[in-house]
Amino acid sequence: MNFEFSDDQIQLRNQARKYLEAKCPPKAVRAVLEGDQPFDRDLWNGLGEMGYLGVVIPEAYGGLGAGYLELCVIAEELGRVIAPVPVSSSVFLATEFLLTAGSEAQKAAWLPKLATGAVIGTFAVAEGVGPLTPRAIKIAASGGTISGVKLPVADGDVADFAIVAARTGPGTDERGISLFVVDLAGPGVTREAVETIDPTRSHAKLTFDRAAADPLGAAGEGWSTIGAVLDRAAVLTAFEQIGGADRALEMARDYALERMAFGRQIGSFQAIKHMLADMYVSATLARSNGYYGAWALSTGSSDLPEAAASARVSATQAFQLCAKNNIQTHGGMGFTWAFDCHLYYRRANLLALNLGALSQWEDKLIDALRAKNAA
Amino acid sequence: MTFDDTPEEAAFRAKVRAWLDANAPKHLEIALAKGGFGGSGLDGLDIMAESKAWQAKKAAAGYGCLHWPKAYGGGGFSPIERVIWGQEEGVFGVLSSMFIIGHGMCGPTVMAWASEDQKRDLLPPLASGEHIWCQLFSEPASGSDLAGLRTRAEPAGDGSGDWIVNGQKIWTSGAQHSDWGLLVTRTDPAVPKHKGLTMFFLDMRSPGVEIRPIKQANGQSGFNEVYFTDVRIPGAQRLGAVGDGWKVSLTTLMNERLSIGSGMSTGFPELFDLCCRLETPSGPAIEDRAVRSKLASWAVKTSGLKYTGFRAISALSRGDTPGPENSIGKLVAGATMQDIAAFALDLQGQGGAMVDPALAAATARFQGMLMRSPATRIEGGSDEILRNIIAERVLGLPGDIRVDKDVPFNQIPTSGR
Repeated sequence: MNFEFSDDQIQLRNQARKYLEAKCPPKAVRAVLEGDQPFDRDLWNGLGEMGYLGVVIPEAYGGLGAGYLELCVIAEELGRVIAPVPVSSSVFLATEFLLTAGSEAQKAAWLPKLATGAVIGTFAVAEGVGPLTPRAIKIAASGGTISGVKLPVADGDVADFAIVAARTGPGTDERGISLFVVDLAGPGVTREAVETIDPTRSHAKLTFDRAAADPLGAAGEGWSTIGAVLDRAAVLTAFEQIGGADRALEMARDYALERMAFGRQIGSFQAIKHMLADMYVSATLARSNGYYGAWALSTGSSDLPEAAASARVSATQAFQLCAKNNIQTHGGMGFTWAFDCHLYYRRANLLALNLGALSQWEDKLIDALRAKNAA
Repeated sequence: MTFDDTPEEAAFRAKVRAWLDANAPKHLEIALAKGGFGGSGLDGLDIMAESKAWQAKKAAAGYGCLHWPKAYGGGGFSPIERVIWGQEEGVFGVLSSMFIIGHGMCGPTVMAWASEDQKRDLLPPLASGEHIWCQLFSEPASGSDLAGLRTRAEPAGDGSGDWIVNGQKIWTSGAQHSDWGLLVTRTDPAVPKHKGLTMFFLDMRSPGVEIRPIKQANGQSGFNEVYFTDVRIPGAQRLGAVGDGWKVSLTTLMNERLSIGSGMSTGFPELFDLCCRLETPSGPAIEDRAVRSKLASWAVKTSGLKYTGFRAISALSRGDTPGPENSIGKLVAGATMQDIAAFALDLQGQGGAMVDPALAAATARFQGMLMRSPATRIEGGSDEILRNIIAERVLGLPGDIRVDKDVPFNQIPTSGR
């Protein structure tokens, strides 16, 4: 048995950590928070130059042709520094949709540019408030165009194209859902930035008015493709969350060692120590579940639905717990704009909603466990 | 990442699988699988005789104490081979439970501190299950604060070099079956508490040793009180120097934390099964949104522990020492089991109160879990001690301020005097 990353993968992690510590310090995140740029363009270009955006894209399409374990390692490092760039939309989702369901022409058109970061892709599925279900997808496609509103769409204001889930058949069930590639620079697309709980990751409202839509995969198979891609993205996002959880725990630990109250380090009080121990427990469980997800993703295991949901649920819980208790450990200072605690709290709660809310992943996990028990 | 064995590991697995197939006590398999919390599979069996017979058979083939050196009755196998053995032995491993303290804690302490002659005398019969050992550490007034123990050992003063022991130990598992005990005592009450301790081993049938079972809160009796009244211990049975008892006991406690079992149960598979079968007005309980949410949280705790264990095994497989992440096992499993048990009863409505296996759901195993799980959160390091260990040893936070640190033991205020 070897349930650990290889020496080469650990070396890649160290390289990514060093790179990101230099290129994405907290002040770079804060520049996006407080500035008018929707993301850190320099960092994005740098990630493209490092090859980090095309890790799993085959060499024939200009990527590194490496594996998902390598991408998990990089995802964790991006999560540690809460990088203000559209990696989740472009790499974990748009790229995965193309690799999973794209035609040769679609792959050839988009993957080389995704690999370098020359274009940004995203996934447009939500249509306002409510859980992600087939019934919630109302936007209609017909005659090679789509019309309707997607809201909110992560990176919708900066993406070059979107994978859009739309209804092509009658009724409200999943059989009527199909996917399309839509060029967001084309006619019939209006974008409007939307503010969210995490301004370091931009979001938009996309309005389509007979916008040209190129079918992705077979008609009516959109929902099952979404399920398959979300499982893959869930593992990668879990590593982003694991990285964030670890960093939030470190911030809390460091502050507990430095801050004095009642004549001693606050980290010497059991109330603080035990809270931090619980954060460590949660982060450790998340990491171990994440490794299970990484294993299932990298080996193409039929366990992926269970493994992905386990990783997703566990990592969401861990990052939320570590981010909120990081603020708690910092006391009043943790609630100031000037301290970075809220940046992690914002990201933790945003990532908890990306890809569908925690409660939906809990549902998916129980479905997967039932299927396994029945088998 | 792979769950597959290396070729060497696969060869070892095949070898032990064949041996187990030919030798395991298969007539006990079903009963052992049904055992555990609330299970009644072991009733009517002479579990002690069956355990000793199986242990002797294993030891003769080198599988009695896989990680010990051959010279002391062990198998000389690597840590990863020990893990593979545990996976293959499966339910038959239940029969090892009365040897765990001897093999996992007392044996390694003897190995580290006894003379060569003593090791060759004491360890082989411990490995083969002929002798059972118990650990005499906790006292009524010193649980988490182990170094506050009061059992006195004083030189006999008659020129024999013997020691005379008076006092009381508590929470001693298996004392009534034990041939030998590992005993930590106070030999100097006038120095700070950690400095006045001395370790011995003793024959549990020595005159003056009295063993009384403790009736637990759940009605069972798995532990004992052990009283010492003028018990004479030969001087040669001291382990380590006089005053070094704390250092010696750390050997024992470190081995406790290093032992990697097959992972602690949380009760999740049993609860999942109950939720699939239990009918509610809106269908099986597992269809209920609130039930699913709770199940998912417990599922990821359970799988998280399992894969944390796999990470530790991977470290062993590479020849590394497992990291501190292993310390979370009991902390997570104990509290999770307690929560799961209470929820399982809730699902059963008023009927959840019944403890008759013939009347309650799942042969009353959740009621058994509910009543036993408080102990899991205390024994072998309470939740609070484990959180302190994680905070101090893993996260590097300061130790607690100890008001008794440099105070002679006999001047420390206590609740008992």
